[in-house]
Parts: sequence; C-alpha cells; structure tokens
Amino acid sequence: MKLDLNVDVHHLTRVEGHGNIVVQVKDGKLQEARWDVVETPRYFEAMLKGKHYTSAGLLTARICGICSFGHCLASLRATENAFGIFIPERAAWLRLLAKHGETLQSHCLHLFFLAAPDFLSVTSVIPLLESHPEVVALALRLKGLANRLCELTGGRATHPVSLQVGGVAAMPEGLGGLRDELERSLDDLATAAELFHTFEIPDFVRETEFVSLKGENEYPFIGGRLISSDGVEHAEHEYLQMTNEYVDKNNTSKWCKLSRESFAVGALARFNNNHRLLHPQALEIASSLGLTPVCHNPFMNNIAQLVECVHVVHDSVRLIDKLLESDSGPTMVPVTPRVGEGVGAVEVPRGILYHYYKYDEKGRITKADCVIPTTQNNANIHHDMHALVEQFAVQGMTNEKLELLCSMLVRAYDPCISCSVH
Amino acid sequence: MKYLGIEPVRLKIAVFDFTGCEGCELQLANKEETVADFLKALDVINFREISSVRGNDYDIAFIEGAVTRGDEITRLIQIRKQAKLLVALGSCACFGGVNKLKNVLDLNKVNREVYGKDPKETLPVRSVKEIVPVDLEIPGCPVNKDEVERIVQHLIWDIPFQFPVYPVCFECKQRYTTCIFERGQLCLGPITRGGCNAPCPAGGLGCYGCRGLAADPNYDEFFTIARERGYKKKELDEHLNFFGGLEGVR
Repeated sequence: MKLDLNVDVHHLTRVEGHGNIVVQVKDGKLQEARWDVVETPRYFEAMLKGKHYTSAGLLTARICGICSFGHCLASLRATENAFGIFIPERAAWLRLLAKHGETLQSHCLHLFFLAAPDFLSVTSVIPLLESHPEVVALALRLKGLANRLCELTGGRATHPVSLQVGGVAAMPEGLGGLRDELERSLDDLATAAELFHTFEIPDFVRETEFVSLKGENEYPFIGGRLISSDGVEHAEHEYLQMTNEYVDKNNTSKWCKLSRESFAVGALARFNNNHRLLHPQALEIASSLGLTPVCHNPFMNNIAQLVECVHVVHDSVRLIDKLLESDSGPTMVPVTPRVGEGVGAVEVPRGILYHYYKYDEKGRITKADCVIPTTQNNANIHHDMHALVEQFAVQGMTNEKLELLCSMLVRAYDPCISCSVH
Repeated sequence: MKYLGIEPVRLKIAVFDFTGCEGCELQLANKEETVADFLKALDVINFREISSVRGNDYDIAFIEGAVTRGDEITRLIQIRKQAKLLVALGSCACFGGVNKLKNVLDLNKVNREVYGKDPKETLPVRSVKEIVPVDLEIPGCPVNKDEVERIVQHLIWDIPFQFPVYPVCFECKQRYTTCIFERGQLCLGPITRGGCNAPCPAGGLGCYGCRGLAADPNYDEFFTIARERGYKKKELDEHLNFFGGLEGVR
C-alpha cells in the first residue's frame, strides 16, 4: 500500500458553499491535513446596522437558503427579547411547527441528496433515479412533505414571509390533512432507517465537546439555556461565553472553541446532550442503528439526523393537534420598539445558531452579531480530519480512498458554508 | 421521455454558485412532485451543490449569486466562454440582491470590524451582467420553481419565453389576498414584476420587489398612494433598495 498520499480537493462537492481539503502524507507520516473555508465573505452584521426591526428577519433569512427559517426565527427571538415581547402560545406552536418543517427538509436533503450517494458509490442522486428509484421516491415524498409544512406555516418553503416580529402573520389552513400525511410518513422513515442500516459508517472516534440548547421538558429547538457535554452551562444571553470566535488565516469563516481546542454542534450534539427527551420511537431507531450516547463518531451525525426526522414528525403531529384543538385567537401581539439588546438561540439543522441585536428607541439596529453552527464546527472538522488521516492513511491507502473518506467526514457535518461567512 | 412521439433535446446544463445563500439552487431540487422528471430531462454536466460530476462540456450555465471577489470574476469569464447560453438565476445574480446593501458601507472599515487584523478580500457587489453578457435573467428571492420549470421547457423546445408584464398586484387579486396597504404595511406590489404568484402578501408581508420592475409601471400613482398613506422617503427607499432590482426608481 502507498504511504505517500496527496489529497487536494478544490471546492468540495455536495456541500452548501465553498471549502477545500488539503492532505499530505509522506512515508506514512502526516504532514498536513486541512479543512479551509474559502467562501466569499458577506458582511451581514454590518448590513444589519441601521435596519428597522421589521426587515431584520427578512434580511438574515438570506444568510442561508437551506436554513432560512432558522435564521428568521433566531432573528425574531433576538428582537422580541430586546423589546420584552412575549408572543401568543399559538404563535409559538406555529413557529416550532415551521422549525420542524425546516429540520425535516434540511435533514432529508442532506441524508438522501448529499450523503447517501457516497454510501451507494455514486456521484449524486441523479444516477439513483435509475438504479434506486424507490429510494429517490421515498426521499422526495419526505422532502415534499417537509416543504409543504414550511409553506403552510411560513408562507413558502424558502425565505419565510409570515414569521414576523410579534408572532405569525397568517394562520395556516389545511393542517388536518398534513397531520395524516405526517403520520403516514413514519413508514417511509422506518424504511429509510433500514436503508441506512445497510450503510457502512466509517469506524472513527475522536473525543470532543458537544454544545447545544439544554432541554428541560422537551427536546429543545427554540430558546433556553446553553450547555456543553464538558459541563459548561450559560444563559441564552451569555452566548459569547460558549462561542469564543477567532480568526484563522486560512479561512474566511471564523473558528470557535470552548473547553478544548474545538467543539461540535448539530444533530449529534443535540442527541448526545438531550437524548432522554426524544420521542420513544426516535430513540428506538437510534439504538437499532447503533447510535447510543455519548457518541464521538462524527460520521454518526448522519444517523442522528435521521433520528431527529422521526422525532420532529411525531412532534409536528402533536403540535397540529394542539393547534386544531385550541380556540382560535390572535397569533400576533402589538410591537412597541424600545432601547435594548436581545439574543435569540435556535437549534437549526446544523446546530445551535445565535443572533444578537442592539436597538435604539426607534426600533433600528445599532449593533448585530450572528454566530453560525458551521462556524462553530469548522475547527472541529479540521481537527477530526487530522485524526482521521492519522488513523487511516498511515495504515496505507489510495489517494482516491482517502479523498472520499475526508470528503465524507466534511459532508457528515452537513456544513453550511455560505452561512459561516455571513 | 417522449412527447407526442418526439424525443426532446436533452439540454447540457451546469449550475454555478457565486456570492449568495444557495437558496435558488435549492429550488431546483424542490417541487418534489416533478423534480425527478425535471432532472431526467436535463443532462447535468456540473452542479457542485448536488453532484460530484465536474464536466466542462455544458451548453447552458445557470449562475447563482452576485460577484464580490477577484477570483469570481475570473471564474465567471471562463464560464461565459464555454456557455452558449448564460442564465442569471435569482435576484443576487440579476441585480446583486441583498448583498448590494453592503455597497454603501466603507468596506475597509467593515472588514476590520469583522476580521480584525486579518481582513479578507472583498469587492463592491456587482450583478452578473456587470461582468459578462447575460442571455436570460430569472429574478426572484428565491426564484419560483414553477417559472424555472416553464423556462426550461421553453429552452428544450426552443420557444422564446415571455415573462408576465403585469405587476404582483394582479396576482394578489387572483388569489383574493387582502391588499397589504389595507393591513397597514407598505407594499411594492404595484410596481414589481408578477409571476411569483404573490406569496408574500398572502403570508402577510408587503412586497419588497425581489423580481425587479414590472413592464411600464405607474410610478406616479404608486408614489402618490404611498405618500397619502404616510410613508416617508426613508421607508420607501429601504424597500426599493432591499433586493437591488428597483434602484434608480424614485
């Protein structure tokens, strides 16, 4: 087997945004293993300055086309916390339902379109249209359902319009029909679990720290305390003590650290920190797929995403029942801007997202900060890659196999790179 | 896939992303009821976000995002040389999009604020047509997949595509949506190009003009209505500037 290896991936495929992988092994010794984000920087925080509170959620949704709902929800929460506004209960249920729609949409897109082709030895989902039509049909049924959930609750599937400061501007119609479809989709998710059971997940472990929202009574998605698996805990507004961003010279995305040189956020972090609050069927599927807490194999983030799909489908049914049973009432409260600052922490598909705004008396932003999940993961991916190459490459391997393995590692994190250079 | 016994041309397409949120590319994978047929009708030569195939013999290039760095200019010029048809996909590619809001800022200062002593290269935001000639623009933030699908059908059968000439208002009336002005919000629907099926007003949000100008809009009447209802210049400007497609309208 070859002991001199070179991997040089320019603009990795099947991820959102632009990143490069560089690996060099000489005589079986690791020389270099890097994950570099080279996406063009975008300066959203500077663009937010001076903006009126009514446009902050609209603008920040455009940070990311895949998790636009998550950005919008974090933005609304930051503004509402700054103004001291509490939204009606029904609006909170609708927002969580919208969040679930996005989680299901994003996870299905990642699992079937971006990750699965590697495990099925194809270049993309397109050859699967011929070779595995039933898998593609299943993926499209799930993703279509998720997008309809987003359309009903947010007004459309990408860049929501009815999620606004003060609540939700339009009450959806047709939730009952969607409820039945959600229940039926659990069969598709069970079939998906069988498929993922056949996938060979690389056997790799590197201990790291996991950061997420802290669940009290429910598996957490919107707001609450912040925790890490190393025992750090903070209030939502103290988010900076969890993120500790710094600039790396090779990257347009910043890096983050907490108790160690890096930490991880995302489905696996949420699972590790809050697994006891998952729906029983989600836990059952987790254990059938070999996912048990605390799991330190980053490739298992794929499985954690599938487990979360099962959870959010069950929870969506619960939320729709509550909405249909509750008396109709307002889903918006009046908004009065005031001087203040607020933080919104939301668990978006790729991990915990923070928005912070400071407002003047006219409801215009004077300072803004957004910390993105992929920004928090980038250092962890980098260190994982180092350990992965040390574990596998030095045993001898081909360039092609190593490139695939490193690419699969990055894809397992489902990075959202254009987000991370906002 | 034959239609009336005739085998259509399979377009050799590529999709490239520049500065933006990649939400328009995502729309290409949405509309799940037809996406399998949509992908089968095309020969996808290069589409980094969903495929590891990286071919260069494409005929049609869809460009998503705006241009904000030197290497993007070089890349775009190369793509233009290869593509027989170059399509700007979405408001960022067509007008610069929300990215353009940064052009009024002092970029050196902003760079120092964000990156400290390691500032990153960045240029004022430009749309695709400010760099290379564009054959077709599909606006929207994000693009409307129905419309993209129709345009691709027109390309396959080689029939010119016409965008709607009516404004967004027209589609609100078709949907029986209560006018956003009546709900106490500013709306650019009267002057913005329709074809999106007006999802924003239906969801309780005034139009911000992501699709650019309607053909022959009645500005005078629009500004009169807006002023009568108490909207000041600053508020109007913020709406008009949001997606970069209505610049110069005053």
